[in-house]
Amino acid sequence: MFIKNYIKEVFGAVKSLWTGMRMTGYYFTHKKEVITEQYPDNRATLQLAERFRGEVVMPHDENNQHACTGCSACEIACPNATIKIINKFDILPDGKKKKAIDKFVYHLELCTMCGLCVEACPTSAIKMANTFEHSVYDRRQLTKTLNQPGSKIREGVE
Amino acid sequence: MFRQTEIINQPSTIPPSKEEGEYLTINVGPQHPATHGVLHLVITLSGETIINIEPHLGYIHRSIEKMCESLSYRQFIYVTSRMDYLSSHINNHACALVVEKGLQVEVPQRAQYIRVIMDELTRIASHSLWWGAMAMDLGAFTPFFHAFREREAINEIMEETCGARLTMNYMVPGGVMVDLHPNFQQKTKALIQAYYNRLDEWDELVTGNIIFQNRMKGVGMLSAENAISYGCTGPVARGSGVSCDVRKIYPYEIYNQLQFDEILETGCDSLARYNVRLKEIRQSLKIVEQLIDNIPEGEFQAKTKAVLKLPKGEFYQRVETARGELGVYIVSEGGTTPYRIKFRSPGFSNLSALNHMVKGSKIGDLIAAMGTLDLVIPDIDR
Repeated sequence: MFIKNYIKEVFGAVKSLWTGMRMTGYYFTHKKEVITEQYPDNRATLQLAERFRGEVVMPHDENNQHACTGCSACEIACPNATIKIINKFDILPDGKKKKAIDKFVYHLELCTMCGLCVEACPTSAIKMANTFEHSVYDRRQLTKTLNQPGSKIREGVE
Repeated sequence: MFRQTEIINQPSTIPPSKEEGEYLTINVGPQHPATHGVLHLVITLSGETIINIEPHLGYIHRSIEKMCESLSYRQFIYVTSRMDYLSSHINNHACALVVEKGLQVEVPQRAQYIRVIMDELTRIASHSLWWGAMAMDLGAFTPFFHAFREREAINEIMEETCGARLTMNYMVPGGVMVDLHPNFQQKTKALIQAYYNRLDEWDELVTGNIIFQNRMKGVGMLSAENAISYGCTGPVARGSGVSCDVRKIYPYEIYNQLQFDEILETGCDSLARYNVRLKEIRQSLKIVEQLIDNIPEGEFQAKTKAVLKLPKGEFYQRVETARGELGVYIVSEGGTTPYRIKFRSPGFSNLSALNHMVKGSKIGDLIAAMGTLDLVIPDIDR
């Protein structure tokens, strides 16, 4: 009885092994099922989702103008103190003072890509970009100033 | 067939305590492929028989509870993605729910539907990853790739709608952060169809395998009484026949309107816990199937104040994550930040039952028993 059970189990094990190997063989011979992407080699054709959160950027238009009013909503919303806004006061032609950003400092090394700053921005001045290859040799290069030199706030944005 | 699994059911066969020096103490972890993270197990052995297991925790403690005390009610949600990173959506959901409970905000119907769909997709992804990792613990390498390929499809859907693959941070108090991507419904429907076929493949590949069944049957026995007394929840307790699905007992969002079964197995062993998880994937697919065509139009986020302040008091909310019951407890002093936050994580209680489960069995069975607990170490340590 014991020998009979033993032989039965051995045959059962071989059978289930064969079942598993059949599936492995199926995928081995069906190249269409392969979904592996050869990442560093396919950079030219790499498609990322448009909402993918890789880095905070401030879009500028062709006149080197942005939409940031310097209200610091993103700075308050950020959980890691990633954003620091340094404001200045522009003197308008009629003598009035107007608040504007001097520097929008963004610490990429502290950022966790949670997207709360973009959510908080009332004028949609910042957005998340798709870039994700952030490796550098010196971490000081990760502290970025998002507003371009000489840029101004777009007309009509309050 | 020559294995001595009977020992587990007869604790008296454990050899009586010997003199010091005859026991062997070995360390599994903190860096070990079978522990899925920085879990450190100090195991006392007599020959090959396990006498005692002592988990050493704290290698990935980040003091998330203390960190949350300095963050506002909008900000602290993103940190909880880092606790149980395989069901980060559900963690975020729990935090959003407890804040909404304090603010007494009515969440729009559309947001509730989206949240539940995302929760269930997360549960499918988490169980899939567990299935692959579990089979890899037992020495089968192919299922790991099968599982990750299926999970990749879910990750792509998440990436398209939420903007991230693992730490989504998609839930905000009052709803969800952005609306669904236009491709979402079509892609999810295709995924559901594909998944049913894949699950049949998985059954063929692993569940029906005799070698696999022999390693799982009768290993890591956990009776219903012990599951309750150790505080086990989720598939671990349901594998012992304890009904504990929070979605059924304390329904939140729209779970009380949905048709799904709570999976209960009475095997009490590793195979029962394995079967619970595989059947739960099918139930989650069923839930997504019910919702995906009926997402109502409307707002995806309720209007909330810019600065959230919870009234003075205590708030508690529990949800069912892929690993069990997650509780979020907030004590508010009326300010913009919580006075105290406590997370009741499922992994910690489930791990505490490990010593009881494998005491007296062979060391080879430890991996099979531990694999079915579905441990995520950052969830245990927080």
